[in-house]
Amino acid sequence: MVAPRTRWTLGTAALLSLGLSACGGSGFDSGGSSATQASSGPASIKVLIASSGDAETKAVNDAAAAWATASGNKAEVIQAQDIAQQLGQGFASGNPPDVFYMDAGRFATYASAGSLEPYGDAFGEKDDFYPNLREAFTQDGKLYCIPKDFSTLALEINTAAWSKAGLTDADVPKTWEQLATVAKKLTTGDQVGLAIGDTRDRIGAFMVQAGGWVTSKDGTQVTADSPENLQALDYVKSLLASGVAKYPKQLDSGWSGEAFGKQKAAMTIEGNWISGAMKNDFPAVKYTVAPLPAGPKGQGTLAFTQCWGVAAKSANKAAAVDFVKAMTTKDAQLGFAKAFGVMPSRQSAQADYVAQFPQDKAFIEGAAYAQGPVKVAKIDQVLADFDTGLQGLPKADPKQILARLQTNASAVVGK
Amino acid sequence: MSAGVSAPAVAAPPSAPSQGRGRGPGGGIRGREGLAGWLFVAPVLLVLGLFLVVPIAMALWVSLSDWQGQGSPFGNGVGFVGGGNYSELLTTPGLAQTDFMTSLRNNAYYVLFVVPLQTVLALGLALVLNGKRLKGKGFFRTAYYFPSVTSSVAVSVVFLFVFSSSGVVNSLLAKIGVDGPSWFADPRGVVHLLLGGLGVDTDAPPAALAGRSLGGLTLWDWLAGPSVAMCAIIALVVWTTAGTFMLMFLAALQDIPVEVEEAAEIDGAGRWQRFRYVTLPMLRPTLFLVLTLGLIGTWQVFDQIYVMSQGAPGKTTLTPAYLSYQSSFNNNEWGQGSAIAFILFAIIVALTLVQRFVLRDKDDGRERAAVRRAAKAARSGTGPTAEVSR
Repeated sequence: MVAPRTRWTLGTAALLSLGLSACGGSGFDSGGSSATQASSGPASIKVLIASSGDAETKAVNDAAAAWATASGNKAEVIQAQDIAQQLGQGFASGNPPDVFYMDAGRFATYASAGSLEPYGDAFGEKDDFYPNLREAFTQDGKLYCIPKDFSTLALEINTAAWSKAGLTDADVPKTWEQLATVAKKLTTGDQVGLAIGDTRDRIGAFMVQAGGWVTSKDGTQVTADSPENLQALDYVKSLLASGVAKYPKQLDSGWSGEAFGKQKAAMTIEGNWISGAMKNDFPAVKYTVAPLPAGPKGQGTLAFTQCWGVAAKSANKAAAVDFVKAMTTKDAQLGFAKAFGVMPSRQSAQADYVAQFPQDKAFIEGAAYAQGPVKVAKIDQVLADFDTGLQGLPKADPKQILARLQTNASAVVGK
Repeated sequence: MSAGVSAPAVAAPPSAPSQGRGRGPGGGIRGREGLAGWLFVAPVLLVLGLFLVVPIAMALWVSLSDWQGQGSPFGNGVGFVGGGNYSELLTTPGLAQTDFMTSLRNNAYYVLFVVPLQTVLALGLALVLNGKRLKGKGFFRTAYYFPSVTSSVAVSVVFLFVFSSSGVVNSLLAKIGVDGPSWFADPRGVVHLLLGGLGVDTDAPPAALAGRSLGGLTLWDWLAGPSVAMCAIIALVVWTTAGTFMLMFLAALQDIPVEVEEAAEIDGAGRWQRFRYVTLPMLRPTLFLVLTLGLIGTWQVFDQIYVMSQGAPGKTTLTPAYLSYQSSFNNNEWGQGSAIAFILFAIIVALTLVQRFVLRDKDDGRERAAVRRAAKAARSGTGPTAEVSR
């Protein structure tokens, strides 16, 4: 007779091994067995998008359907609830979507993990895409994916408040000093001069204007505690401390655009997505868009961009790249621009875009001097920590914030 | 599960009388019961094993590896790093450690406030509802339980509005002349605020606290208390979960025999004495259940954080569960994410054990000890046997 305890152990062990073998078989795909291409016959690809709303979902769906009919393939567009989580799951299971939106801020993390197919260098007409944007998706000299579209930051000005304060077109700020001056003039009892987001994605623009950035251009060296960055944060701190600028949360708003729309701020620094929000939520508020004022080292803004990522483990890479080609033609990009207000990433489309959307001139011209997101793998949490530091302004000491960023970023870059 | 344990145990007692009747080798009337037992519990064991034990074992492996979230964690590109992920969280100075310690601090304060508050509130509500004179019991029972059946995401979104700086709470505060804080943008800890009110300079905290650090956080930071933002979340959670626990207390209260209460009353016990010495001891198992469930639930808080604050402002609502998610999915640090999960597991188990020890039935323990002592004395043939008969 086997003792009860031994039986238990045996039973559990048997069960475990059974479960493990079951998992090894189906749940995870080990090794590179799926690298083989299914080249012949019509392919069926899955496209995962992080849609900004119904307009975008519909536009992408329509474009995908058109591509499917023309090429004889099938494309299924899936709208992600939480694209980071869904992509992570896909990569882990070895069954990722074939094509997906890949944010520049997270690009390095996935590229260094080997999740992305570097198809960009073989992509025809790749030189037509803005060099700054291509740079954002290049790692180790390889262009991984083709930029889908982009946005930049500019200065939005409430025209009513502007003229009420006795300001004219000639007063549109060109320098930091002028920005501080007009912000002061625009600050009244129930309205501040400037609403600015409390993250690196807004305040970082001042760092660029001062000639600084978190890392060197190639992302191999951390330059967070440079005097340029300090100058930028000191300037922002002075704006906040004097009360002419405020963070959106202090103005009871989720983001600066909301504060601007509610007329709690006369100016704000946001991207071209603000036009959609203003049109939908605050149609009565009139405003103009100007380029961000230049800092000590000239003009600077931030660019936000996504690319059409193709999974390294996709079984239909050829079809996937073909899909990307169809989505990034000049006409397709202008169509997307019309449908949901993004800016085309092709230089050849700029003239057409400005002709159609003259009010977005300041945004698209920013492409020439825009800085992309920090391109270092696994730096998300470091930058989130930096944001936390920035939220502490104007009380916090900019020098300490930058020193902390320097230490934390160095630990990640060295890895 | 207990069926699985006991079935083999009774299968063949060594000196079973049936053995002598010759019903076959190792058989007897109960010979096949062991096998049958296993067969009956097999489906449950299989499901539990496949969906619980195996994933946990895999997560344990991930927490010991440098898996990048790419393909199988058992593939050949994945290296074993031993306790590397754990030491980065616990001992190596750096962002990972600071973040983790911050999240532990936040969650500890959260537990410290939520568990007692919700337990007391639930008990109070249950006592009120159990009162003999209350009219419209059904209505109140439903009303109190209502928040618990509402989706936590929906409740969270509503609270975002209630606690916005121009929301209901602040309007009410303004009526009594208090200038309410901008709740979800306020990272200041309440203990710091309290100390500030007592005259301590919070911008330049005492060097004895600010100078020394433990696990990457200064003692001053450890003592911050829950932030104003966290207080709003605490209020929300107490409000939503108290209803569930109230039902448990109510069920237990209705189980207490009326005779006991009456006997106590006849013995001259007052209202408070009856509650303290009769009702409360009889509620002990329920109290243990409520506290344990509360403790586990509060250490795992995730959805409210995910919906309402995502760790902001100033990381003061960051919790281990949310940090684990963030490290894994946003930062691709899967090893670290699972390591956080296992540390959290250890914390919950440890705290539950402590609580079990504190809430153990002390009379029971004393009696058992007395029996043990007496038995020992009897064996040695010296001690008095009077104690046993007690």
